[in-house]
Amino acid sequence: MEPGVIIREYTIPANDFVVAGEASSSVRKLLNQMGVAPAVVKRTSIAMYEAEINAVIHGHGGRAHVEIDSEKIVIRISDDGPGIPNVELAMQEGWSTAPDSVREMGFGAGMGLPNIKRHADAFHLDTEQGRGTTVNIIVHFR
Amino acid sequence: MTVREFAAQYGYRIVTEESASLDRPITGVYSCDLLSWAMAKVSAGDVWTTVHTNLNVVAVASLTGAACVVIPENIEIEEPTVTRANREDVPLLSAGHGAADIAVRAYQAVHGDVWPV
Ligand SMILES: Nc1ncnc2c1ncn2[C@@H]1O[C@H](COP(=O)(O)OP(=O)(O)OP(=O)(O)O)[C@@H](O)[C@H]1O
Ligand SMILES: [Mg+2]
Repeated sequence: MEPGVIIREYTIPANDFVVAGEASSSVRKLLNQMGVAPAVVKRTSIAMYEAEINAVIHGHGGRAHVEIDSEKIVIRISDDGPGIPNVELAMQEGWSTAPDSVREMGFGAGMGLPNIKRHADAFHLDTEQGRGTTVNIIVHFR
Repeated sequence: MTVREFAAQYGYRIVTEESASLDRPITGVYSCDLLSWAMAKVSAGDVWTTVHTNLNVVAVASLTGAACVVIPENIEIEEPTVTRANREDVPLLSAGHGAADIAVRAYQAVHGDVWPV
């Protein structure tokens, strides 16, 4: 491990909306404590929140791995859920397969993945049907 | 106009506890019940109205930097949401008005009586 690299691991439980968002919330606090620019903290936490919520809702839960150095934050959120059959479609604004149970809570606009793409400096999605999904996000501090 | 003044002016009830965040100025208004749509569109300083009262509302308000959340039509606000809002320092207001009526008032509070074309 490189010196000065901060590593954090979080578990993301499935369909638990009390805990949902805790991982991104704690990363946000960490970045604020480190004195990262507020605009960068905002972009990072929105991108991570959307990926975290997707793991909660669509991915049967998963985990987050976060690495922070002096220049950037690298976030990897992975789950062992059903995967995404058509990534191009999933990336479109408005496309959603969210069940009614979560639409009632306000999810399902089909804006989560586009929000991640908009806020991240680098965004990469690895997914395999029946295996799971990994969302990679990089945000540079300057 | 601050969140506190806005609440007083229109008789909206402040549901969260006393906090300095009630003295933040409101600078805009956004109304939407789709959370990740609101996540993309709510600007810092906005009054955000939504009929949802679950915990995720606090996350969206806090991440976007909304000045406050106004829950319309006296919809009952879930207790865990109030607790979380206190923790995250997100002011929650309860209004008798519907979302459109709240939006008009917030718009006036921010921009005055003159409507842009
Ligand atoms: N981790 C995941 N596992 C499986 N499918 C996923 C995952 N993340 C996203 N998807 C699929 O991609 C679609 C679009 O995701 P996106 O986050 O953009 O919208 P949403 O979650 O449906 O609604 P919103 O995020 O606006 O509340 C989802 O409806 C789902 O079909
Ligand atoms: Mg989503």
